[in-house]
Amino acid sequence: MLDAIAFYTLAALILAFAIAVITARNPVHSVVFLVINFLAVAIVYIVLGAEFLAMIQVLVYAGGIVVLYLFVVMLVNLKRGPEAHQDPRRQTGAGVGLAVAVLAELTAILAYTGRNPLPAVVPAASARGPGGNTEQLGWLLYTTYLIPFEVASMLLLVAMIGAIVLARKVD
Amino acid sequence: MLRAYVPIFLFILVAIGFAVVTLLISRLVHAEKPNAVKLEPYECGIEPETDARDRYSVRYYLVAMLFVIFDVETIFMFPWAVILDRLALFGLIEMALFLFILVVGYFYAWKKGALEWA
Amino acid sequence: MMPLGFTRLDFYYLLPELIVTAGAVALLGGDVLLARGRHRLLTWVGLAFLGAAAVALAFISGREGTVAQGMYSVDGFAVFFKLLFLVAAALTILMSHRYLDVEGARPGEYYFLVLCATLGMMVMAAGVDLVTLFIGLETMAVSFYILVGYIKPSRRSNEASIKYFLLGTFSLGLLLYGMSLLYGLTGSTELRTIATTLAGGRGGPLLALAVMLLVAGMGFKIAAVPFHAWAPDVYEGAPTPITAFISVGSKAASFAMLLRIFFEGLPAFRMDGLGTIFGQPLGWTYFFYVLSIVSMTLGNLAALTQNNLKRMLAYSSIAHAGYLLIGIVAATPRGVMAALVYLMVYTFMQLGAFAIVVLMRRQDVIGDELKDLSGLSVRQPAAAVAMLIFMLSLGGIPPTAGFMGKFSLFAAAIESGYVGLAIIGVLNSAISLYYYVRVVVYMWVRREEAAAPPVVMSRALALVLIVAVAGTLVLGVYPRALFDLAQASASTLGRADQALGLLR
Repeated sequence: MLDAIAFYTLAALILAFAIAVITARNPVHSVVFLVINFLAVAIVYIVLGAEFLAMIQVLVYAGGIVVLYLFVVMLVNLKRGPEAHQDPRRQTGAGVGLAVAVLAELTAILAYTGRNPLPAVVPAASARGPGGNTEQLGWLLYTTYLIPFEVASMLLLVAMIGAIVLARKVD
Repeated sequence: MLRAYVPIFLFILVAIGFAVVTLLISRLVHAEKPNAVKLEPYECGIEPETDARDRYSVRYYLVAMLFVIFDVETIFMFPWAVILDRLALFGLIEMALFLFILVVGYFYAWKKGALEWA
Repeated sequence: MMPLGFTRLDFYYLLPELIVTAGAVALLGGDVLLARGRHRLLTWVGLAFLGAAAVALAFISGREGTVAQGMYSVDGFAVFFKLLFLVAAALTILMSHRYLDVEGARPGEYYFLVLCATLGMMVMAAGVDLVTLFIGLETMAVSFYILVGYIKPSRRSNEASIKYFLLGTFSLGLLLYGMSLLYGLTGSTELRTIATTLAGGRGGPLLALAVMLLVAGMGFKIAAVPFHAWAPDVYEGAPTPITAFISVGSKAASFAMLLRIFFEGLPAFRMDGLGTIFGQPLGWTYFFYVLSIVSMTLGNLAALTQNNLKRMLAYSSIAHAGYLLIGIVAATPRGVMAALVYLMVYTFMQLGAFAIVVLMRRQDVIGDELKDLSGLSVRQPAAAVAMLIFMLSLGGIPPTAGFMGKFSLFAAAIESGYVGLAIIGVLNSAISLYYYVRVVVYMWVRREEAAAPPVVMSRALALVLIVAVAGTLVLGVYPRALFDLAQASASTLGRADQALGLLR
């Protein structure tokens, strides 16, 4: 019961702030709404029992990624308002129509699945396993999912080199 | 399980409430008399010369970017540290490989001057 | 020392990937430590590591099974694709050797990124788990985002990189959503477990949604219509050797991943199980059927009006994705074999065609317009003949390898009963000949521009052309070896299928 209240309030907050992100006039306001959005998602993780993921969400997303966004806003330095960037060829009507169609389709699928629920799968270990979320995640990450983990290190290296390559002066 | 978080939630509510109520009361009580000098952004007492939105060097962005990447590397180390006793030598080697690859990146960033002046 | 189900054998099977990783790190170190003048050495360092990885690959071929707790497989399918990627990467590095000097770009990080992209591709070919596949895909994709934007003074390059990045990340998001739905339905990310769990008839609209999202995500990577919008701009703006690598390597890796996910993860849903459409049972071959027809047709029609070689080859590449999808629609081992054959053949002819475009890039001349090829038969007759062979092969004329590839694709389609699809394929091949032969006309019939600087062929580029021509002609005249190899590789796909008795 408490779970349901928590989830629905958080979901409403997340959606509201997401809409605020894309409709705000000032890009810095957008970023601040995004931070609140991320924090709400972190609380959803806590409700689900994944405290470690909530920590990561706050540390990396709300901490690092948002700083990146702010730097970009600073660097790009928009002096004109958003109206100056409107493209007359943009098909807003078609876009909204398609989005509504997709939303209707998703709602239909979810409603159908809600009425005829699939038989339960053997449940994967729940986030609140023995020893807590961090141990569970660690065990899976460093034994079963070892190959993706090591390849992820190469991915991070590529991202680092790419950032330096793209940002340095042309010489 | 979730009941344990209710005190924290109340705490957050009180904190937000405190901030909101203070600002609200301040806005309701003050006399609104704006004046060109009062509305200028504060620059330690000096007159502001240019718009605050100047062009910044991309070096700051690069530092933030490198921060995020090393931050992700750090969070990979958290669960590893927690279960290291179960992983023994094998765990040490796999994490050493992960760290080595990122240290190569750090070495590259250092030698290429990405860490200068910022 | 190695508890938890890992053995020394795992390390042994991972040797090619480890060598490529070591090569990438060595290139990075070399870039930092070597003096400026010695950077050209890095080409040979990169090639040496790729060669070593290919040798290691030879040692592990012929085995079967999964390693590393079921995340990674070493069947013939994976080995085939890894070989393809190593060859493509080596040819790309050779093509870039002089190109980077002309563009004024630095080779160290470039070769590093090429090797990282290769590593990502190899992981995509060998992964049998959704997480592994996704990480491989991301590694390859991020390497390419940076490589496409590598020539920083060029605005087209920057624009191409941004477009590729934005559209790519969005599609990857869709793909990830589909994968997470699959996980939610089955409780596991391993493809074999997904197949067995779903075989109990757990399909339904949620699975249909997951499949549609997967098709959308993968459709972007293989540049099928309607997910093709990034291809012309990215191909045109990227440095030409990278365009070649994307059109060959990224496409092949994405097809490998597609084949893995659909043939090993969802084999029971080929023909039905996802619901009904217009009264007919819906399987995932239906989606690829539609994608194939639209890609072939639109790709060919759009290529007819292009004047820029790279854009023309981009649209032709979209059409080729359509042809390859025919093999997937056929959904038999014969169809998969045909797709594998065509991908190998496609590697040679596409890399060769782009090598000629690289040849045309010299001081002050961008050289990727059709008119830049005028009179090539007079200036560089060998190159002109090579381009003739590549164009005929892309169009599917015997005795080139392109004909063999298309033949086996259409044969597989007819065998499975998709005669209409084969007819559309043949018609599209005929249409495509117009723009391929137009290139030949420019080379032989038109006179060269008076003020054009001379075309110089470096030895590295000559080597690329020789290899590509040899591949195209030899595989066209004597395809038996390739067919056998592809047959063996294709039959190792979906072994879980056979255990379930679902493969025809």
